[in-house]
Amino acid sequence: MKRAVALALALLAATALAEAPRSGLAYQGEDIRRLQADDFANPAMLWAERGAAAWQQRRGTANKSCADCHGAAEQSMRGVAARLPAWDARLQRVSTLDQRINACTVREQGAAELPPESEPALALQTYLALQSRGMPLRVAVDGPAGPVFYIGRELYRTRIGQMNLACTHCHEQKAGKTLLAEQISQGQPTAWPAYRMDWQAPGSIERRLRACFLGVRAEMPAYRSEDLVALQLYLVWRAQGLALEAPGVRR
Amino acid sequence: MSEAPGIGRIRVPPRARRGEVVEIRLLIQHPMENGFRRDTLGRAVAKNIIHRLVARYDGREILRAELGSGIAANPYFAFFTRATASGRIEIDWEDDAGVRGSVGAAIEVT
Repeated sequence: MKRAVALALALLAATALAEAPRSGLAYQGEDIRRLQADDFANPAMLWAERGAAAWQQRRGTANKSCADCHGAAEQSMRGVAARLPAWDARLQRVSTLDQRINACTVREQGAAELPPESEPALALQTYLALQSRGMPLRVAVDGPAGPVFYIGRELYRTRIGQMNLACTHCHEQKAGKTLLAEQISQGQPTAWPAYRMDWQAPGSIERRLRACFLGVRAEMPAYRSEDLVALQLYLVWRAQGLALEAPGVRR
Repeated sequence: MSEAPGIGRIRVPPRARRGEVVEIRLLIQHPMENGFRRDTLGRAVAKNIIHRLVARYDGREILRAELGSGIAANPYFAFFTRATASGRIEIDWEDDAGVRGSVGAAIEVT
């Protein structure tokens, strides 16, 4: 009898862990949900508008604009952001949307690199992510991306920092519970780049992930570092099937 | 929509009946520094907020706002006015650094 109860409890715990993926939007208040749904009032749309202008602007020694090669972003970039990070044959590594924009800027336009989290980098990211809004996230984790995926999965489960916590401790085992004034989300990366109220500005998933590292009192990995890319690949794989909401709004 | 992309967005109904009450919405990209923050080196960040905002309908002032440091970055405004004649609604603002911005949109009244 005791054994049967223990087994039932273990099963219950297992199903609790394997709860259906939910976008972080489900943990936000009514005000945030309304703001994200309103394309006019969503402040991140200012950056998307700027990105649309940057798409047309000729830059660098090649004096080329993004549109000169890629045409209208509405067609050529549709679905792209929902498939990233992915293996990049030219760069010979797994790269993110941010890194691809940057590689194009340097290689094709002959312009200076866009610093991470700078206005031009975020504007283009927001504009391109917007072209895939509503599309389900789906990334390839087989083939050459495989090793990076396993690094990401390992990082997700590795205890770090003075708090000695791994991502999984909060975002899987404690998702839905309360941490200070907030509800802990599942950490699904559906909204990024998103406007975060705490920052009073939009930011990329990398900035958000670094904030989590700081939160557990761990050393923050550098922007565009291999660890952050691997973690992103794992997170997007974990969220696959959920729709991309970018540009989202978060507390 | 706006002249400088990403600085401000305005939404005015393009057409309205005479006498109709229309909603005007405005979103401005601005840091709205409240002057209480310090940068990573501990130096005070100078206060810089949009202190004055004026909306004009066909040249006539319809709204004037004096903003304080309690307004969040990238402020959003919505207000109502009565559509009286076809014309332009122009909104301009000025911040503490003396930088001015403006956006405008036309409304056709039938």
